[in-house]
Amino acid sequence: MSTHNSPNSDPQASQSQAGKTNLRNYGLVRWIDYRLPFVGFIEKDLIGYPEPKNLNYWWSFGSLAGITLLVMILSGIFLAMHYIPNTEMAFNSVESIMRDVNGGWLIRYIHMNGASLFFLVVYIHIFRGIYYGSYKSPRELLWIIGVVILLLMMATAFLGYVLPWGQMSFWGATVITNLFSAIPVIGTPITTWLWGGFGVGNPTLNRFFALHYLLPFVIIGVAMLHLLALRTHGSNNPLGIEVRSKADTIPFHPYYTVKDLFSLGVFAIVFAVLVFYMPNALGEPDNYKPANPLITPAHIVPEWYLLPFYAILRSIPSKLGGVLAMGGAIFMLFILPWLDRSRVRSCTFRPIYKVLFWVFVVDCLLLGYLGAKPPEGWYLIGSRLAAAWYFIHFLILTPLVGWFETPKPLPVSISLPVLPSTALPQEKH
Amino acid sequence: MRIRHVISSLGLLAWAGLAGGLMLDRAAAEEAAKPLARQDWSFNGMQGTYDRAALQRGFQVYKEVCATCHSLSLLSYRNLGGGKGFAAGDESASGPGFSEAEIKAIAAEYKVKDGPNDQGEMFERPARPSDRFVGPFANDNAARAANNGSLPPDLSLMIKARANGADYVYALLTEYGDAPGGFQLTEGMNYNAAFPGHQIAMPQPLHGDDVKYADGTKATIEQEAHDVVQFLAWAAEPNLEARHRLGIEVLGFLVILTGLFFVLKRRIAKRLGLH
Repeated sequence: MSTHNSPNSDPQASQSQAGKTNLRNYGLVRWIDYRLPFVGFIEKDLIGYPEPKNLNYWWSFGSLAGITLLVMILSGIFLAMHYIPNTEMAFNSVESIMRDVNGGWLIRYIHMNGASLFFLVVYIHIFRGIYYGSYKSPRELLWIIGVVILLLMMATAFLGYVLPWGQMSFWGATVITNLFSAIPVIGTPITTWLWGGFGVGNPTLNRFFALHYLLPFVIIGVAMLHLLALRTHGSNNPLGIEVRSKADTIPFHPYYTVKDLFSLGVFAIVFAVLVFYMPNALGEPDNYKPANPLITPAHIVPEWYLLPFYAILRSIPSKLGGVLAMGGAIFMLFILPWLDRSRVRSCTFRPIYKVLFWVFVVDCLLLGYLGAKPPEGWYLIGSRLAAAWYFIHFLILTPLVGWFETPKPLPVSISLPVLPSTALPQEKH
Repeated sequence: MRIRHVISSLGLLAWAGLAGGLMLDRAAAEEAAKPLARQDWSFNGMQGTYDRAALQRGFQVYKEVCATCHSLSLLSYRNLGGGKGFAAGDESASGPGFSEAEIKAIAAEYKVKDGPNDQGEMFERPARPSDRFVGPFANDNAARAANNGSLPPDLSLMIKARANGADYVYALLTEYGDAPGGFQLTEGMNYNAAFPGHQIAMPQPLHGDDVKYADGTKATIEQEAHDVVQFLAWAAEPNLEARHRLGIEVLGFLVILTGLFFVLKRRIAKRLGLH
């Protein structure tokens, strides 16, 4: 990791190049760093790491996602200390957390709303990646690992939503697990195997709890890969052109640490408003009714962050077709780096794709709205049109636009824009 | 450029058509259901708190009217106290504010099955403040048998288990009436304008003067409904006041901290001469 840990480098030697605040002035730090280059790692990969100097606030959402993941894991561990994964006791154990555990209501509301905010942050992060072409060469694997994280998040969120064992938990679990029965021939045995019985029941709840505890740690692992891939070619930037020289970059610390801290502050305010003043606004009232296998809720709807996919699922009249379309919707993200034929990354220089991008954003929001509505009449027609547009956007328009669009002229470098007369002030350091 | 305009105008047209269609549909849907009248609850808003007197009156309505059929299984008698004693050690929790002696007396009115004792026998004893609220029926089947086959739901979370729960339950309690002409009411059901489908198994529970309030408040049907909704809202979300108080402190802290981060960010960015 560090240049200081090669065998022929004397730990004493690094002292000479150290500034007055260098941790290596301390003997113990030097001793450890010679054997385990921890300080070297922090210096190279966190403090001195060169980032493009023109990153805007949309680039804060990556670090926000990481922090939200940690908040979810911490609050989740404390909830798990009081939660009972048994169909007879799960609902009341959650209510006992809300009523009898000191501060339990706070931890649960943080976990509940944190899930929503995690998706919000990650969706913005993904749309940012699409707008600025962050998925293009050489960052295709970085992007794909990110889509894997999204899939893992969806699975984790679904499993977690089942745990309170309310009406929506139970019926959501029934609907989603039943999707697997659409697979020809082996579908029904697979569903039975997932349930651990012939319906959603106690074995299902038990394994869902085990998996819900496991998957976040898998997400941490994949997020590490995401970071590793990110560090290989560095961050993309709003101009979408590669860093050419040192003049194009600034060190991560203090410039982006302080910028990310400010973003974190704003995010925490939004989080606090949700948790303290509208903790149930994003949830379904039906989930405060204990699960009842004999009564089906009038409308079974997933949480808001899965609604666009739910709308796509229901827009196809056949079950297998719906499941394939929903899977296909995610698959589009996997192949996006190869669907987009344009060599220009950033929408700043792509007049047509930029319009398509915003239409696509509206399309996704519309799908989300329609996913919450009953699949009938105009709602159904609307979700069919919107679902069709989703696929037309990826499969037809994205490749086509790449061919015929004339991009605006690209700047020579991040520091040197196209015309000298509009030059940004030069960097001082 | 021309292509861009064609695409955007086509897109706009398509979305406008769709939006228009959706709005028509929405209008049709809203015609069917009467909008819920919004009440001015003391617990609404960022500084909302429960009204202690209303909680005590509401408990009386629950105890003397609702409890005939509805359980409140997530509450214990000790919860009826004030600040202390709700959740052990949690002084921020709030309740109707009955005194310890009052709570003991209320609990003692109910019998709970306990045991086995040292003879190995189950026995009945008066309830204690630490016991959960004793429900009106031994089990769900007994409840159905006594109620024409319908199961009166537990009320512990009723306000949170319905959209705009407080307004909804208030409307439900006050909007009983005669079925309009042409409405097919099933035998044994009752007409209620607020209930989805307008047919409800529960007969009208409040008529006015169902209870005699200890504090002399006139027990109109609106007053009773208002009080019992306050009580049920507290039962569903007993930590609301603590949440509202802590929220102000947390937000105040975060706003100042974020402001400081912003100033720091501006100062550090100045070194680059960029922003």
